[in-house]
Amino acid sequence: MVNLIIDRKPVSVPEGTTILEAARSVNIQIPTLCYLKGINEIAACRLCMVEIEGYPRLIPSCDNVVAEGMVVHTNSPRAREARRVNMRLLLSQHDTHCTKCTRSGNCKLQKLTNDYNLLGDHYIKDLKKTEDDFSNPVVRIENRCVRCMRCVQVCDKIQTMNIWDLMGTGSHTTIGVGKTRRLGDSDCTFCGQCITHCPVGALQERDDTGKVFDALADPKKITVVQIAPAVRAAWAEYYHLDPKFATAQRMVTALKQIGFDYVFDTDFAADLTIMEEATEFIDRFTHRDRYTWPMFTSCCPGWVRFVKSQFPRFVSNLSTAKSPQQMFGAVTKSYFAEKIGVDPHDIFVVSIMPCVSKKSECALPNMTDACGDPDVNVVLTTREMVRMFRGEQIVPATLEETPFDSPLGTGTGAAVVFGSTGGVMDAALRTAYRMVTGSNPDPDAFRAVRGMDGWKEATFDIPGAGTVRIAVVSGLGNTRKLMRALEKGDVSYDFVEVMACPGGCAGGGGQPIHDGIELAESRGSVLWALDQAEPVRFSHENPDVMALYRDYLGTPMSAKSHHLLHTDHHAWKMPSGN
Amino acid sequence: MSRLDIKSPSKAETVVENLYRDVERRIAASPPGLCPVDMSLSFLRLCHAQSCGKCVPCRIGLGQLALLLEQVLSGTATMNTLVTIEKTARTIVNTADCAIGRDAARLVVDGLEGFRDDYEEHILHQRCLAGLKYPVPCVALCPAGVDIPGYMALVGEDRCADAVRLIRKDNPFPTACAYICEHPCEARCRRNMIDDAINIRGLKRYAVDHAGDVPQPECAPATGKTVAIVGGGPSGLSCAYYLALMGHKVTVFEEAKQLGGMLRYGIPSYRFPRHLLDDEIASILSLGIEVHTGVTVGKDIWLEDLQKQYDCLYIAIGAHQDKKTGIPGEDSKNVMSAVEMLRAIGDDIMPDFTGKKVVVIGGGNVAMDVTRSSIRLGAEKVTCVYRRRIEDMTALPDEVTGAMAEGAEIMTLAAPVRIEADEDGVAKALWVQPQLIGEADKAGRPRPHNAALDEVRIDADIIVVAIGQGIEISGFDAAGVPIKRGAFVAGLSGQVGDMDNVFAGGDCVTGPATAIRAIAAGKVAAANIDEHLGYRHEITVDVDIPSPMLNNRPPHGRINTTEREACQRKCDFEDIECGLTHEGAVTEASRCLRCDHYGYGIFKGGRVDKW
Repeated sequence: MVNLIIDRKPVSVPEGTTILEAARSVNIQIPTLCYLKGINEIAACRLCMVEIEGYPRLIPSCDNVVAEGMVVHTNSPRAREARRVNMRLLLSQHDTHCTKCTRSGNCKLQKLTNDYNLLGDHYIKDLKKTEDDFSNPVVRIENRCVRCMRCVQVCDKIQTMNIWDLMGTGSHTTIGVGKTRRLGDSDCTFCGQCITHCPVGALQERDDTGKVFDALADPKKITVVQIAPAVRAAWAEYYHLDPKFATAQRMVTALKQIGFDYVFDTDFAADLTIMEEATEFIDRFTHRDRYTWPMFTSCCPGWVRFVKSQFPRFVSNLSTAKSPQQMFGAVTKSYFAEKIGVDPHDIFVVSIMPCVSKKSECALPNMTDACGDPDVNVVLTTREMVRMFRGEQIVPATLEETPFDSPLGTGTGAAVVFGSTGGVMDAALRTAYRMVTGSNPDPDAFRAVRGMDGWKEATFDIPGAGTVRIAVVSGLGNTRKLMRALEKGDVSYDFVEVMACPGGCAGGGGQPIHDGIELAESRGSVLWALDQAEPVRFSHENPDVMALYRDYLGTPMSAKSHHLLHTDHHAWKMPSGN
Repeated sequence: MSRLDIKSPSKAETVVENLYRDVERRIAASPPGLCPVDMSLSFLRLCHAQSCGKCVPCRIGLGQLALLLEQVLSGTATMNTLVTIEKTARTIVNTADCAIGRDAARLVVDGLEGFRDDYEEHILHQRCLAGLKYPVPCVALCPAGVDIPGYMALVGEDRCADAVRLIRKDNPFPTACAYICEHPCEARCRRNMIDDAINIRGLKRYAVDHAGDVPQPECAPATGKTVAIVGGGPSGLSCAYYLALMGHKVTVFEEAKQLGGMLRYGIPSYRFPRHLLDDEIASILSLGIEVHTGVTVGKDIWLEDLQKQYDCLYIAIGAHQDKKTGIPGEDSKNVMSAVEMLRAIGDDIMPDFTGKKVVVIGGGNVAMDVTRSSIRLGAEKVTCVYRRRIEDMTALPDEVTGAMAEGAEIMTLAAPVRIEADEDGVAKALWVQPQLIGEADKAGRPRPHNAALDEVRIDADIIVVAIGQGIEISGFDAAGVPIKRGAFVAGLSGQVGDMDNVFAGGDCVTGPATAIRAIAAGKVAAANIDEHLGYRHEITVDVDIPSPMLNNRPPHGRINTTEREACQRKCDFEDIECGLTHEGAVTEASRCLRCDHYGYGIFKGGRVDKW
């Protein structure tokens, strides 16, 4: 242990602790902007400067470690002055039209500016004359960027995609797309992790709420909205509601209040996905020699984009099953349209997703199987949905619960866990087991796939089929490691679940932002608890899914299922050409 | 008011004078990879501030140029802006009254020519082609990319063996480089901005002198692949070293009697003691590298056969062919080439120059090596004859002053015209034509031309020609190795043209260069040969780098390495340099600014752990 004094308080911390963390350990808060523990400790913003006795210059506390006997002053006059000057310098290049920024109220720079009472403009405003590009799901607004480098680091260290990079030098230094000139030309997976780690409003999803309001205003449109599993674990964070109170059913009420004609649950489509994917897996597993191994899940569009650009030879290993979002759209504009007797072209499908990449998935040229229109018209992130609620002045704390509409509103416990790492695998194994053995396993038999480890492995015996070797990864950095190991032959699996965001969709790039806090685990545990509480915990026992097969599709992998619920991952190309 | 005053600088002038010196040092320490347009603009502004303001082109034109460049940088310029910049700059060059305006605009004209693509990228795509790929200046400028801040810190903590292990990750010749490296790493050392570059080579020498015997790491499991290396100099042995570490079976073929190439046959032992070279080579060979010496390609073995017998081939034969001056009398007796002389010395065959007058022709490091060796071989007088001035010599300044201290005459601005021989054909004198330095060539180096003076005769018993070396291409061109301007042609990966399994590097590709560039070429070839053989072995080392100290920025003089007294060292071939003391090394190491941590290094590229 190292002993030091911070602001006259004795502190004792393990060797190698940074001054910043040492201060935090005794509840002394040193302000930071660029700092992201373990990911971005580069002392770029210079707000965490402290005075250390015996050193003539101020020292950044985030990337320097404690030493025995050190005497630190976090709020000495010099430190105070430096902090305020550096913050004002940042503000001189920041577009401070906070009223028009999506991060207003949830912005680190805005909070610090307020905390430090920085009134007025002390420096000449120095904004750039650049036009921002709104053509992609991920949008970067130059004049809001504080060049903290977090996006670069998250993309490099966590997602290993190296899309963002520091461009230029000197006063012209900014963040740009490294290898290609524009984001749209890059192999960006649109995972959105750069957005959720941006301290300000420089990175955000493309706001598509206007399109939704337009559809709601169009009397000809029948508006259908689906809500992804992970959204229910996070939607009310803005309102500080207890997760037990912030149920999916209260969200249904809110969406109805906004004016959606039908509020359905992506959980329904998740159960449908499991029916198809488990069937496909068993088919592949029992005809091993016809396929290349392992089989990969395909629900995560960030992962699909990743594998297509980074490991193209594994694209054929992806399950051909569409993601729940796209199955939902295809079923809505066929089965459901028929059922309620409307022209599918009049149906407007909106998805509420914890995900930014889903915006690119719904726009893929081949996701038009039901009637030729896009099966899903617009994807909104959880954040955009909350913005709609705010615009409607909805107060969720006062809402009653409303059940999802029927028939696409029924989901099982197996579906709701799609929103957490391991959930798709868990659900698929539950149903695959039943399909092979004819009887249900213990729904918790596959719990080894759960938990926050970035790369999990397990083997399960399915009587009659044999031993199934599975792996579950989340985060593209972990995924890259797994893929390299597969390529080298260091590991081999039968079935692999991949989710691009660390911890799965619960930690998705479209989820509410809490600076410096990772919430995938706690949101995920809400989903696992919902699973435990569900009376039905097997996708193959979803009555409405069974009805869909009985009345419309026939069986999983039937010709009709194939047409509506499966896709060709080779049918479109990433910008790099794969 | 007195009629005349003695000129004395005001306080402001004194301070500004100091600032000029600071700026000079600062520019010298510019990190590699800066935006060239932005730098042009900054220089332009500096130049504009120097203007007296009398003339239009300079007073107004430079300002307009700056505004135009600003437009380029802010992404608001069009391709027409470039035309305007060009026209304006050209007019200023043509019409400015003095150098202040003319040379300021010339910077812009040169830039438009030299980095037009960067201008266009800014205009068309609002971005810069430049970027800080290698943010640690010393590492960026070391051809082999050695982790210099890392080993500086290790030396500072007396962990010399770890320092050697860390260096070996990128350079298997830490000792050789500790003694003879030209240390390009020091040129842009950020410490220059404060006072002076770190004595990097001096600290490396301290490390190798105090590390003791540092065993080599284990080789990777054998791959069964075989690689032949032609040439056992620094490049060939570096390639061999890394390939052996990666588990490949390596065989080295060397034409000379012993390994080492120019480290043995070019560099005299007073700069690099032989036993240290032998130890370093033995350490490299301890990885299990097979060696055949006295084997010449095209005579004893054939390239085509090697290509068939081995999975891959690396050619690193160096540049050992002497270049001739072409002056009459060059074939006289007692006229020899530097290569010849140093090669004999390398094999311990010491010519006796006792009482002789030696004339050395040339101004490079080899000329200095020959000059200083001749002094040690007992010459009565050694004159080094060079066509240009001392400041134009390519030899390191320390080498020139060292030679002068040891009593060498440096005769500059003297172009050799003929060698006078007696009736037995024995050289008697070198005749030289005095030169006058003239206009600069394209590269900015002034060209000498004949002065209106008579030829001068220099008495000589021995004449040594040290005007450069060529590459022995016979045996290689016939086998299909492409040749351009007398050197082998290889890509940046080291691969030779369309010859599938042949790589080449070092002096035989670059022409005579430095040991560290040859070593780097060997390292690059090893990586690409490994890849070519279907592997991706990683070279890494498990050495913890000490955390940087919090504050070490107050100006502090650089601790230089000292030399033995000239009168003493010139009598023997023993090492001339005195390594740093423990006290000196620790102090010098503490001057390192740790660019691996401070600045950009902590964000990106501060440390390359493996390759």
